[in-house]
Amino acid sequence: MTEVNNEENKIIKPDYCDPELFCTALPKEVPRMNNIIQKFYDWAQANSLWLLAFGTGCGSIEMRPLYTARYDISRYGIAPRPTPRQSNLFIISGYVSVKTLKRIIRSYEQMQNPKFVIGLGSCTINGGMYWDSYNTINRLDHYIPVDVYVAGCMPRPEALIAGFDELKKRIKEGRGEGANEYAKNFAWYKANQKKIIKDWDMPDYNW
Amino acid sequence: MKELIERLRSKFNAKNIKEQRKNFVFITVEKKDLEGCVLYLKEFEGYGHLTLLTALDWIEKDQFELVYHLHNYSNKTDVSVKTFIDRKNPTMVSINNLWAGARVYEREIKELFGIDFPGCPRVNDPFALEGWHEIPPMRKDFDTKKYSEETYFPRPGRYTKDNVAQMEEQLYPVEAEVKNGIAETVRKK
Amino acid sequence: MKPIWNDTKEYDLKSGKYVKIWQGPQHPGVTGNMSLELLLEGDEIKLLKTHVGYLHRGFEKLMERRKFINCFPIVCRICVPEPDTNEYLFAAAAEELSGIEIPERAKWIRALNLEMARLGATVMGLGGQAGSFGLGTIGQWAVAHRDFLLDSFEELTGGRIYHMYIVPGGVRYEIPEGFEGRLEKTLVKIEKLLSDIDKVMFNNAVFKSRSKGLARIPKDWIEPFGINGTTARASGVSYDVRKDHPYLIYDQLDFNVTTGTEGDVYARTELRREECLLSINLIRQILAKMPKSGPVRTFIPDIMHWKIPAGETYVRAESGRGEYGYYMVTDGSEYPQRVHVKGPSYTHAMSLLEKLAEGNTNADIFGIMVSLQTYPPEIER
Repeated sequence: MTEVNNEENKIIKPDYCDPELFCTALPKEVPRMNNIIQKFYDWAQANSLWLLAFGTGCGSIEMRPLYTARYDISRYGIAPRPTPRQSNLFIISGYVSVKTLKRIIRSYEQMQNPKFVIGLGSCTINGGMYWDSYNTINRLDHYIPVDVYVAGCMPRPEALIAGFDELKKRIKEGRGEGANEYAKNFAWYKANQKKIIKDWDMPDYNW
Repeated sequence: MKELIERLRSKFNAKNIKEQRKNFVFITVEKKDLEGCVLYLKEFEGYGHLTLLTALDWIEKDQFELVYHLHNYSNKTDVSVKTFIDRKNPTMVSINNLWAGARVYEREIKELFGIDFPGCPRVNDPFALEGWHEIPPMRKDFDTKKYSEETYFPRPGRYTKDNVAQMEEQLYPVEAEVKNGIAETVRKK
Repeated sequence: MKPIWNDTKEYDLKSGKYVKIWQGPQHPGVTGNMSLELLLEGDEIKLLKTHVGYLHRGFEKLMERRKFINCFPIVCRICVPEPDTNEYLFAAAAEELSGIEIPERAKWIRALNLEMARLGATVMGLGGQAGSFGLGTIGQWAVAHRDFLLDSFEELTGGRIYHMYIVPGGVRYEIPEGFEGRLEKTLVKIEKLLSDIDKVMFNNAVFKSRSKGLARIPKDWIEPFGINGTTARASGVSYDVRKDHPYLIYDQLDFNVTTGTEGDVYARTELRREECLLSINLIRQILAKMPKSGPVRTFIPDIMHWKIPAGETYVRAESGRGEYGYYMVTDGSEYPQRVHVKGPSYTHAMSLLEKLAEGNTNADIFGIMVSLQTYPPEIER
């Protein structure tokens, strides 16, 4: 277990947090094995990306045509799943308001390891159109680790497919280490998250 | 429309009457007359559809303006009833008894402008914001750019071209130089 | 005075009789991003509270610190399936306040653009309605056919989703050569899709038995709840902005407003199908009656420093979901003083859905929600 459980970043247990229902353990780093089995794992993970069907912003309207016969992401082994427990790819489709960010963090933490994040649209990179808005975040990578960004407002489905290809390449090269990064820099991510989510009423790591 | 304006003028002392289009008029009434005025328009003149209810912040006049936009289905006309309220401790009478849909508007205005509507159900529930501790964001004295830069880690590298300066330099180079005081120094040399 | 709708009844959650569940925002059935807080007794909904704000970007605040022309790229982002209505309304409000007349041909092209956007949004809405009752096939068909329309948009405007084609003073470009023929092919495809939907959805016994009589809106609710668009027309109120307050060139087109009588989910869905046919008909009329040549844009001098005289106005247009309105106040400077966006489903999603859900079952709530055409980005903006 990483040593982040200090005074500033202590686990909050609200009244309704029944310790039998909530796991309060902190995320663990899983070291990579440098052998052929790890390579096989990487290859297998790259070819079964199951994305979480959570349209967090307006980019989700271009995710819908991806499932139809014209773009058909099933042929790449990518399928939408309705629950975070079954998925390992989170597409943050567009701007993230503070209220949504709280749900994104919960969903992200509930996803299985190894997990990957694609930031879709300019809004996730630097705020995009809403760079001066009081309710949307500017940089997604300060709150959760991001593997691939797809630029554009809004990106075409082809751009998203190219983003998937890029992600696959990264995973095969062994660079899809978002979950480990999150565990390693857990205190930093939590501090950033708590800076903008003022009424934090959930456990710190709600797996 | 003319007769309606006359009736409103005599009954509710409507001022600032402005006909924007031939079937669309803006009127301003006192705060105390507002509920009676919209009730009269709804019950006796057939303006049964509340199209929108919104607020404006006139920070120079130290006032909030509330706009009640009403529509009449039968003769296809609109009346926009406006009223000014004080900017300090702003409260307004709730009209959720007249329109069930008005409670949503009032909840939104309560959150984004801080105008209170006592008696409106769920008016204190958060609408769009969660855990907001600043002043209501739609007020003019709230600076959204400053707040965003302080809170949300702006990515370095964004620069803005000031349109005025850029166009002045391109279109009127001499005047721009004069304005910036460069030409003076050049001439002196 | 007695309130129209009294929902102050308290439910004792600790009695074990009721269960409270949350659906959304991470829920595939929810349109857009909102969450429903349901209080259930068995399968019956006792109390529903809708929560919006997941997509709040503060558009109205952002517009106050952008110049008029800089507002154009952001207004279309308010409504994702149908952005053109926003562009048109912002342009129309600014043009009305500054007294700019747009060329005749630009009006026709704007109307064409708006009708295409309506058609795309309505077709996708039909698919969503089918999907909420478990007919996922139609959802796939509808999205795929909307893609053909997006191709036409790309050809006309250069963008698939956000077009920014309508600009102050007219539209940006001329229609490309041979566009009419290619659009006609898409329209024929969509007509065929609608006849297929007839077979699979409107004659489907499961869909009929589930949606008939579900969430009936009586006619006397229309005014208190501020209902508009197809939702109001399904209950028998003949109100269509294109007919009642003709804007652009809608007074020169020949069409009738269709109304339903039942006011239930089936009637609303059926009416949406009629809207698709009407849009196809209007696009054909526009292409036939449009003046074949002429300017498409009025020149506005010094657009970066465009100052609009002090004034205020409210403009409205019929979007796929109902009356869209923009209330704009200017004070003579380069920046708008206030822009208020009134989305068509503003009151539908909040007060009306909460009222309609009472007494219905948990399984039907998404069918009701989609049939009201709720769309969160225009509610919280």
